[in-house]
This record gives sequence, structure tokens and C-alpha cells, in this order.
Amino acid sequence: MSRILDAKIPSGPLADKWDRHEMECPLVAPANRRKFTVIVVGTGLAGGGAAATLGELGYNVLNFCVQDTPRRAHSVAAQGGINASKNYQNDGDSVERLFYDTVKGGDYRSREANVYRLSQLSMGIIDQCVAMGVPFAREYGGTLANRSFGGVQVSRTFYARGQTGQQLLLGVYSALSRQVAAGTVKMFPRHEMLDLVVVDGRARGIVCRDLVTGEMKRYAADAVVLATGGYSPVFYLSTNAVNCSATSIWRAYKRGALFANPCYTQIHPTAIPQLGDYQSKLTLMSESLRNDGRMWVPKAPGDKRRPADIPEAERDYFLERRYPAFGNLVPRDIAARASKVECDAGKGVGNTGFAVYLDFADAIKRLGRDVVADRYGNLFTMYEEIIADDPYHTPMMIYPAPHYTMGGLWVDYNLESTIPGLFVAGEANFSDHGANRLGASALMQGCADGYFVVPRVVAGYLARGGHGKVTTDHEAFGAVEDEVRRRYDALLAVKGSRTVRDFHWDLGRVMWDKVGMARDRTGLEQAITQIRELREAYWHDVKVPGEAADFNKQLEMAGRVADFLELGELMAMDALAREESCGGHFRAEHHTPEGEARRDDENFMHVAAWEHKGDGQAPVRHVEPLVYENIEVKTRSYK
Amino acid sequence: MSEMTIHLKIWRQARGETKDSQKSQGRFVDYTVEKVLPEMSFLETLDLLNEKLTRQGQQPVEFDSDCREGICGTCGLVIKGTAHGPNPKTTTCEVRMRHFRDGETITVEPFRAGPFPILKDLVVDRTAFDRIQQQGGFVTANVGSAPDSNAVPIPKLDADKAMDAASCIGCGACVAACPNASASLFVGAKISQLSYLPQGGPERGRRALLMIGQMDREGFGDCSNHGECEAVCPKEISIENIARMRREFFKGALGGHDRKAATGD
Repeated sequence: MSRILDAKIPSGPLADKWDRHEMECPLVAPANRRKFTVIVVGTGLAGGGAAATLGELGYNVLNFCVQDTPRRAHSVAAQGGINASKNYQNDGDSVERLFYDTVKGGDYRSREANVYRLSQLSMGIIDQCVAMGVPFAREYGGTLANRSFGGVQVSRTFYARGQTGQQLLLGVYSALSRQVAAGTVKMFPRHEMLDLVVVDGRARGIVCRDLVTGEMKRYAADAVVLATGGYSPVFYLSTNAVNCSATSIWRAYKRGALFANPCYTQIHPTAIPQLGDYQSKLTLMSESLRNDGRMWVPKAPGDKRRPADIPEAERDYFLERRYPAFGNLVPRDIAARASKVECDAGKGVGNTGFAVYLDFADAIKRLGRDVVADRYGNLFTMYEEIIADDPYHTPMMIYPAPHYTMGGLWVDYNLESTIPGLFVAGEANFSDHGANRLGASALMQGCADGYFVVPRVVAGYLARGGHGKVTTDHEAFGAVEDEVRRRYDALLAVKGSRTVRDFHWDLGRVMWDKVGMARDRTGLEQAITQIRELREAYWHDVKVPGEAADFNKQLEMAGRVADFLELGELMAMDALAREESCGGHFRAEHHTPEGEARRDDENFMHVAAWEHKGDGQAPVRHVEPLVYENIEVKTRSYK
Repeated sequence: MSEMTIHLKIWRQARGETKDSQKSQGRFVDYTVEKVLPEMSFLETLDLLNEKLTRQGQQPVEFDSDCREGICGTCGLVIKGTAHGPNPKTTTCEVRMRHFRDGETITVEPFRAGPFPILKDLVVDRTAFDRIQQQGGFVTANVGSAPDSNAVPIPKLDADKAMDAASCIGCGACVAACPNASASLFVGAKISQLSYLPQGGPERGRRALLMIGQMDREGFGDCSNHGECEAVCPKEISIENIARMRREFFKGALGGHDRKAATGD
């Protein structure tokens, strides 16, 4: 039975909700905090920030990551920046405006109260990071510098060259290191969470695989926080790291947590185009490049001249033409789709025809090479190493690539999933970005959840009590561990003929072609059938080498791909059920005469959250209606 | 572009073989990979090899990698005798095959150093770096205690210097390249970064003593100014940071900080 979900949004005026809620959250006294154990899975901005802050407060924290050290969580790869409504540039920014831009950017498919809280907390994040020694870019006068990102008309993005994610993550890592030394946080690197343990309806622990020895291990706690990132590698080729996976959140879904808006994926407009079938990933070129780079294609289809030989009059700066108000800085979903439109019309460039130019010639003329190098030098170097071409002289070639997933586990205002005691933070949850995330907002959400929201709401959960201690001897732990063990033994036992990568590649092709930048009913129905067939084939024909009790990267990947083969189907089902276009979800059947996304607010102004009903059973789609009391819902326009 | 055939001489070592027995039990094994394209990355060539080995029923070569765009610091191989390969300013994952010749033989080894025990094949344990960081590589600033971020202006040049040092990715190439297996560039980068900023000022002396003390305890060697670390560093961290680390150490020692706690002497 489909039901209406309650997000437990506090009452009262929007601007007061979080303050009042903090006041209403019961507290745990300092001396009692060490009696509570909290498991945090993930060490990125959300997970690491939550673990360190809970540690500072005095809780006993167990923090897990698949990387060999917490400093390598995938937040590290974020390039461009982090938004905050500081209004240091005096250009009219405010909490209200960041809130408005984010809700509009998400195409009116995010939850007002969450976005407002995010916007309020944004300022404290910058303060905290500076206090921790994050070397943000500065002006000569010593104050912080800002730049612009897509979908906004103010400069509110703080940055550390093209390595903002790295610097914020190193801030988190340093805070974590301090807590490890203080004994409040115990770190478990090279540990992969493979299942969630639920006892009497509450999340009480996890089962992990030690990735060095292959040993299965159990950990019990009073609450569990998942901050394991997004699931873009379901497309195989994405800008994500090769170890990014959906496994933790997917296992939680199969234990009863609802999965919200799985079809909301962000295809980033500016990645280095795919070069060949051997490729293991796509490399992002930061959105910040669109501050100074101009996107164009030749006006004539099939024009194979070198870019320098195409005169100005024969170039189409398609974003500037279609969206004069925002120009090259339209939001990502719009820029990505516009590039696809040009390439589909035969105007794409490069060997494959699936690329457009991002040109810095004007910026270099206006600012000089040194200024451009100071802003984007590291990105230009990366580009040159991969493409063997110099973007100071020849325009970059770029094409959209899967980058971020707005969907994730459903959480209420407290970031608590439908399993009590299971909290979900950062990209792993669905809550703040609606159908499209604006640039520089992922780092903001990760830090807000990790430093500020999780510590408060987890304390509230623990303080309310009523859940006695559970140890790993509890039979539920044994049962879950047995299941996990059987699953991994089964993967090894198939001994088929095709590698894990073969299947992952095939899945990625189906997802990109049919559940990618443009979707339609026929394609989605085909995708569902093809993914089912692929999954069936996987468990009969995959070849996983080595043993369970060993360092075995192929086995790790085998487990993750098995989960992607299930998640992909749910993404297609969600995309099929959402008979509208909104943000990054573009259904070919639903667009305006100009080719823009056409929402159906009457029937789809809601979050779709899916409930697992058992393998082979159809999942149930529940809804959380979205109510806009403070913002006027309009057709999104950047013209 | 034309396909190449590449011969690889790869260090193979089973898990659990102790440090003492590394020399006797680990060994180089020869492999040949065909249909390598110049635009492929070096790790994609290893992927291709592993696909082939898996299909043939052999054990794939274990190696670490994650972001594959040079920022996470996970990957790290000694390629043709040089940490992160022959090209300057790149990580292993950024090395492209166009830098090698058709038919070339390439040796591939893990980052070797006493404090980086080999876990399996090309995978090493670098948690010693985490333990050094835990001694003092942070500013003590609890969440909620921060003043407005523009309250303390920081000269742009200092912020830029701090950023130069902070761009260290913790890959460990500096240790692998150093004849003494010193971690001075890694430790110096963190101490330097924080020394350029007003935040954490009260902890500077103590930080230097504690981090350097832990570096010694982990078994990393001393710096004798070879400069190999700077040469292989994918992020161009300057050895100036080592000089600065020494100054911080002396200031800390002379400043009356607890040297015993730092060094364990």
C-alpha cells in the first residue's frame, strides 16, 4: 500500500524552524555521552565531519571507510568551491537568496525547510573551516575571495584554487585526527560496510568486510549514520572515483529504508569526453571554468575544420544565444542538455562528434594568461595531460558526464531514514537538491550535515532513549553475517566466463543510453528488461578470481556491481513513474515548445520514495508531498 | 592511433609475507599486454592486464587507485624506477601510455619503505602517515567556536604559501624516492601550512615536536637534503617546507615545550 510520508518538519515560521528545533531536541549530558556508541560509515565531509564533531562532543564513535585513510574520501575530488550566503561581495546575497536560488535550481522538487536550514548553516561552515586552517583563496587585503557558479547572479562561492574539496576534506581529516588521538573516534580504514543490522526495528549495527584480510566483522552501536556518497558509477563511466558505490545505502534499502528519487541524477556539462572503450572513468573539468570559458559549436553541422579556422561569424555560442541572462553560467542540467541538443543535431566536434568547445581565448585576451593560469592552471594541466592539447591555445573539448546523484535514502527533517536510528547524510541522502543540484552546493550540504545537523539530531535520538544495549552476540548479527558471507561465496562460486567489468560496462551502456540525459517510456521499459536479463546473467556467468579471505579487489567490485544491477532497475522504474520533466530528469514526452523541461506540478510535486518488498517483488512507491509556503512556484527560466 | 605492445615486469607478493621475507618471497613476474593505446592511462593498462589474467584463470595484480585524476593520493607505483613514473608533476593514475614506446619493458614496483609494509603485490600500508597527523596535524577548533571568517585578515601571499603546502595528497612518493625513506616533505608540508596561518598559532611549537617525534618512532629516516622527494612530488611541494619544519622544531624546542612527550626520549 502506498502511503504519505511525514517529513516531521517543525512548525513555525521558516526562518525559526531550525533554531526552535535545536531547542526542542533533548540533550545528552556531557558525562553520559561516552556511554553511547555511534557508527559513522564514510569519512567525507558529511561522514568525517559528523564523526569528528560527535567525537568532540564526547560520544564514542566508530568511523569506517573503504579507502586506506580517511583523507581520501571522494569529497577530495570536488574542484570548484563551496557556497555560503555571507554577502561579502555586497552584491545582494542573503540567506533568503541562497535558499531561493537552491530551490529554483532544484526545479521546485526539494524540501523548503531543509534548504532553508542549509542556507542558514552555510555561513558557519566557512567560519569553521577557516578556523581549522583551510587556506581559502584571498584578496590582497586579506579578506576571502569569491567567484560565481551556475544558476545564480551573485558571487558566493568560496574556493581553494581548483582543489576546494581536497582542502575542506583535509580540514575534516585534521579534526578527525585530533579525535582519534583523543580516543573518542576509532578509525577503521579499508573496511567496507556490507549490511545493516536491524534489531527490534532499530538500526543497531553493521557487518563489514576487512578489505585487507577478507574477514567479516560485526559492530554494534546505539545509532548508525551512513554518509557513503552517491551512486553515479551505476553508469560505469562517471566522474566518480572507481571505488564509489551504492552498496551501503542499497543494503539499508533492502533492510527497510526507503529510497527517494533514484532517477534524479546529475549529468555534469563539462567533463573530458570519452575517448575509448578501455576507459575506467571520465575526468571532470570544474564548473568554475564557465566563469571565463565560452561554450560553442560550429553553426554548420559536420563542420570538421580546426576551431581556429572557424571564423567568429560561423560559431554558435549556444548558451549565450539561448539564455542571455545567465549565459554560460546556466545550471548544470540546462548546460548539459543544451550540449546534447547541439551534438544530436550533428554540430558536435572532435573525432566522435560528442563534444563541444569551451573556449578561453576571450578571457586570455581580457585578463591575460597569468590570471587565467592562476584561476584554472591545475585544470588546464590535467586537460593537457589527458588530451595532449594546450587549452591556452586550442579550446577545450568537453561533453556531459554522470557526476552526482540527487536521489538517495529518504530522510526526514532529522536526516533519519524510515529505520529508526539510521541517519543518512551528504550525497547518500536525497534531501536538499531536488531534481538538480547547483554547483558548489554539494560541499555545502556535506559540511552542514556533518558538522551541524547530524550531531544535533543524533543527540536528540539518543537522549529520547528507550532502546537498551545490544551486542554483536545478538542473533540478528549472526543472521546478517551469514547472509553476507553466503552472498560473497556465491559470487566466487559462479566461476563463469565474463568479468565483473564486462557486466558493469554493459549496465553502464544501458543506463547511459536509456536512463541518461533524455528518457522516454519505450527506452525505460527496454532498460528494465535489459537490466533484469543482465542481472540474471551476472549470477550465472560472472567470473570472480581469488578467495574471500584475502585482499581481493575483484571480489569487492563484484559485490558493488551486483548492487548496481539492482539499483539501475529501480532508477529506470522511478524515471518511468515520473511522467514529467524536472531538473536533471528529462522525459522526451514532456517538454515545452522551446525544448525546456516541462514539470507537472499538479501530479508530481512530490518526493517518490520506494520501499523494497523482497527480491523478485515489485517495490512500492510512496510519496511525500512538497509544500511551498515561502516561495512562489514558477516555471524555471534562465533566459 | 596505433596500438602498442607493452611488456611489464611487475612485483608480485602474497599477503602476509612479512617484511623480513620480502626479498626472498616477493618477485618480479613478466607480463605482456597487447593493444595498448597511447591515450590510455597506465592504470588502464594494468586494468587491461587484470581482465586478461582473470579470463585466463590467473590472479590479477592488486594495486590501489581511486579518483584516477590525481587528487586523492591513493595510487602510487614505482614505474621504471621512479615514484609515479618518469613524468614530473603527475601521479601514477595520470601517467599516459604515449610516454612509452611500442615494445618497451616497464618495471612496476610498490612504494618501498620500512614504514610502508607491503600488503599484497603493489599495495602498501601507509597508515604511519595517519599516526603522524594524529600527533598534531590539526588546529584545535571545536565546531561552534569559530569567529567570523573575515575577522582575521590573512595576507594573500601567506594564504598562497599555505595553499602550496596544503596541496600535499599524502601519496608517499616522497618517502619511496628518498634514499633514507624520510617523511620530511610530507610532515614539513603540514607543519608549514599551519605555520603560515594565524589559526592554531598557540599550538605551533608543540605540533612540530609531536609530529616529528612520531615520524621518528614510525621508522622514517632523517632528511639529508637529497631533494629526491621534491623531484617526484606530483604536487610540486617544495623542500623549503622542510627548512621551515626545522625552524618550527627549534622554535618549539626552545620555547619550552615538552620535548620528552614529543620524542619519547
